[in-house]
Amino acid sequence: MTTLLEVKNVSKHFGNDTKALSNIDFSVKEGEFVSIIGPSGAGKSTLLRCINRMIDASSGDIIFDNDHVYELNKRELKKVRRKIGMIFQHYNLVNRLSVIENTLHGRLGYKSTLAGILGLHSEDEKLQAANILQILGLEDQLYKRSDELSGGQKQRVGIARALIQNPKLLLCDEPIASLDPNSSKVIMDHLRNICTSMGITVVVNLHQVDVALKYSDRIIGVNSGKIVFNGTSQNITSSDIHQIYGSDEGKLIFDLGGSHVG
Amino acid sequence: MSADIFAKKRRNSLVLFLIIGAATVVSIIITEFSMAKGFTSVPKAIQWSLSNFYPTKDSLTKLPDILIKLKETLLISIAATTLAGILAFVFAILGSNTTRVNAFFGGFSRGIAVLFRNIDVSIWALVLLFSFGQSSLTGYFALFFGSFGFLTRAFIETIDEVSSSSVEALQATGASYLTIISQSVIPSTIPQMISWVLFMIETNIRNATLVGLLTGSGIGFTFNLYYKNLNYDIASLVVITIIISILCIEYISNYVRRVIL
Repeated sequence: MTTLLEVKNVSKHFGNDTKALSNIDFSVKEGEFVSIIGPSGAGKSTLLRCINRMIDASSGDIIFDNDHVYELNKRELKKVRRKIGMIFQHYNLVNRLSVIENTLHGRLGYKSTLAGILGLHSEDEKLQAANILQILGLEDQLYKRSDELSGGQKQRVGIARALIQNPKLLLCDEPIASLDPNSSKVIMDHLRNICTSMGITVVVNLHQVDVALKYSDRIIGVNSGKIVFNGTSQNITSSDIHQIYGSDEGKLIFDLGGSHVG
Repeated sequence: MSADIFAKKRRNSLVLFLIIGAATVVSIIITEFSMAKGFTSVPKAIQWSLSNFYPTKDSLTKLPDILIKLKETLLISIAATTLAGILAFVFAILGSNTTRVNAFFGGFSRGIAVLFRNIDVSIWALVLLFSFGQSSLTGYFALFFGSFGFLTRAFIETIDEVSSSSVEALQATGASYLTIISQSVIPSTIPQMISWVLFMIETNIRNATLVGLLTGSGIGFTFNLYYKNLNYDIASLVVITIIISILCIEYISNYVRRVIL
């Protein structure tokens, strides 16, 4: 399989001395499901946002789909961004708009400014939106306002908005951190399914170690802005996980239920 | 340790209370304000109002004139506020941290907003009196500048609060700047912005009376005219029409708010 994303020696510091990321190196193959785990404040969200330049890295290089992301001008960057879908912890929908309108926002990157301002969507795009929403089980909520939905449903709208971009890569920033276990499972199942059946590469930030182990092909462990683990979820040992979280053996909730590890 | 925190908080409250008390006493002494005299004059004021300050049958003949002036004042307030709202929206887009183009324009439009907001409408009225003279145009511009500063500030906060998350999402899809404004910022903020404009219209109708008094136009001037000529009955009629119109506007804007929010 070809390499879709290459992160080379990326560092990011805010101000003069707060170092968020230092010398991050990893690559992701096409069709892979990668989870990034690590304690809060380790730099997971910053790392994710450096990939599509929502945050500009201080140094280093990122190659996505043969484009050097940090050498692009504004126009080219927009073209790269529409190949990368993004999913957020707080869904980031426009609450007052309907489900289908929010979904169609994913097409805005493909439009001229005038068509974008007027929100002109073709019949094809509308059908595609309805189609994706049906796959995600939202066919009865098409015209509902987004603020009337439950958290899990909102996140599915977020996924639909990303999918209608026809992305090659999905970046998911804590997609289940605000959801109950049931909705979390639905969302993770959808993400896994998107990866397996549509061949879209998925990179996801997670807090739940067990979820990461269950769903991912590969785990990247981040602590204090550095990669401390990078390997398949089969090969990770419980001492690796303790190293990622900087904790002592037996001190994580995960230790109680982590029977399939190690 | 925790007991210390509570004792410290009690001490702080006590000190604050003493400072406020001392400031009050000192101000009373400096201005030679007599508390007793102040309160005893209230019944006298009420008595005077009841015996003089009410419309009579004769004053009703002036009602058509008053209504013409009142209409002028209302329309000027509405026109000044809505136009200020549109301009404030542009400045708020440039000034908001979520949607600003760059730091320079951000600082610039925030600076303009601060300048206009911190000069009171009455000051604007007096300053503009020199350039436009005694006309409704002076009142119009005074209200316009005052509302512009206030609305820019309110809109900036609305944009930052309501739409920053969806702006991030649309940036990530590769949408262009103007597309993001029209598809995300406007739909998510428009109800609150309309609500602010309605609030400003109410405030401006109240201000218009004062501005009219200063600039010699509108309902404020009418009130001043009759009041200074000792026509208290007609002056009271003017006050009553103002109160009724403000209540109507408030009712309408509350209704609109209920529907859109």
